[in-house]
Amino acid sequence: MPPPVLNSALGLGRRLTLPDPLRLDSGVELAGAKVAYSTYGAFDPDNAVLICHALTGNQHVASPDLKTGKPGWWEAMVGAGRPIDPTRNFVLCANVLGGCSGSTGPCSTPPGASRPYGSAFPAITIGDMVRAQAAWLDQLGVKRLKAVVGGSMGGAQALAWASLLPERVRAAVVIASAARHSAQNIAFHEVGRAAIMADPDWNGGDYDGAGPVRGLAVARMAAHVTYLSERALTERFGRQLRNAGQFEVESYLHHQGARFVERFDANSYIAITRALDAFDLAEAHGGSLARAFSPATRFCVVSFDSDWLYPTAESRAIVRALNACGAPVSFVELSSPHGHDAFLLDQPDLRAVVGGFLGSL
Amino acid sequence: MTLRSDLRLIAAEIPLGARVLDVGCGTGALLAELRDVKRIDGRGLELDPAKVSAAVARGLAVIQGDADRDLADFPSNGFDYAILSQTIQAMPRPGATLTELSRIAARVVVSFPNFAHWSVRAALLIGGRMPRTRALPADWHDTPNIHLCTITDFELLARALGLGVRSRRFLNGASPSLGLHPNLFARTAVYVLESLTDRVR
Repeated sequence: MPPPVLNSALGLGRRLTLPDPLRLDSGVELAGAKVAYSTYGAFDPDNAVLICHALTGNQHVASPDLKTGKPGWWEAMVGAGRPIDPTRNFVLCANVLGGCSGSTGPCSTPPGASRPYGSAFPAITIGDMVRAQAAWLDQLGVKRLKAVVGGSMGGAQALAWASLLPERVRAAVVIASAARHSAQNIAFHEVGRAAIMADPDWNGGDYDGAGPVRGLAVARMAAHVTYLSERALTERFGRQLRNAGQFEVESYLHHQGARFVERFDANSYIAITRALDAFDLAEAHGGSLARAFSPATRFCVVSFDSDWLYPTAESRAIVRALNACGAPVSFVELSSPHGHDAFLLDQPDLRAVVGGFLGSL
Repeated sequence: MTLRSDLRLIAAEIPLGARVLDVGCGTGALLAELRDVKRIDGRGLELDPAKVSAAVARGLAVIQGDADRDLADFPSNGFDYAILSQTIQAMPRPGATLTELSRIAARVVVSFPNFAHWSVRAALLIGGRMPRTRALPADWHDTPNIHLCTITDFELLARALGLGVRSRRFLNGASPSLGLHPNLFARTAVYVLESLTDRVR
């Protein structure tokens, strides 16, 4: 029998402490790890849909962010009448391990210590994020998920869920993602990490207060360019000047950087980008991605034609592996001018595919 | 559910519980019917993203792709049946596609419009223009059907590829065609092919 779930464990802005230490891929044991999360809809352990967030997302998927007051990051997809509908499913989303929205990460203070982890926070992997989520779901009494859904790094987690814990996942929805990080992906992340570490306030990761916000802002600016298509940038900004000597696109990127540092921690950014860069699902299976999956899981894979960060070829590699192992897979490349960020936007065709797939489970 | 007449014939060929790949599956009408009636383990391949979306919304495992390129991604002998319904005439390399399908599946079901039907012959003979039919309604210069063939042509190709004919059925519109001179009187043909070498083994 699962432990009884308290009403206080359900709803928006919740947090619980995992009872057992988390054994990380690095071998380190992380004691007292906390998972911050939100749930939507009535508790129903047989009808649970887990949403995994992207690199800088958080648990506020379909309700205002408790820190910034901004709308939930995936209200286009999650809500009444939306493809992931809390009136029909028990929907959950947790801040990833290593994050900075309430789950244990570099800016958390270890049990019994007086200072945050900072540079002492252990290296984490996408697999560690998934195992932390599994331990959290154990506490809620959710043994098996109807579906795991995610875009970008959320898609990587959905793939890792299906690979590491296939008996707990009936279906995985993988949007604008990849089964491993490419050299180009790693290169862009390293530009961001180098910018953070070049900031005079970096202090080797053991900073007080806001920390290396100038470096973090530059990291976000560089990353933000990778989320957009050349066409989207051209259509939105072209060569328009904001004022003498500054292009609109420069001003836009500086704005993005400045907003980002208000809500994100530099050490978290480094820990999570490193987890993503290390991600390669085939690695543990002798380089064969097909052996990473179970034919009992159903998959829905979606890519966008203008996404150059996680291009369609990466999704096709996943589909090829799933075909080879005999897993039922649906795949579609959707057309969008918005680049990688398309997965966050309200796209009727994305809603149709994901809604149709989940509705058929 | 009302299926197109050649799809009804194809559906009749598929046994219970078979593993089926439908190439050019459209919105998945045949796969859905086979799933519901024959409880098949079905997969589809379709070029048009809107049709893929519609098929996925039916709960079908359909992937978007181009058969001319993406069949190479399917493992050998992963299916009992591969289906190519009213599609072969639009393929850039029909022979290569049939070979790929016979690698992927034990049996290949193909339906196609017969370009030697008497009405087609008459249109060309009397009208002197490229024939247009119900199955092939487009003008010669904007038709997707670039590799039209006759029943005789198809049998010759199958033989040249080392594929044996397990069964052949003919349609005249929605009704079965009498067996006499199908190359003259059948509008549509439905073939089940299998690799001759596999059968010997």
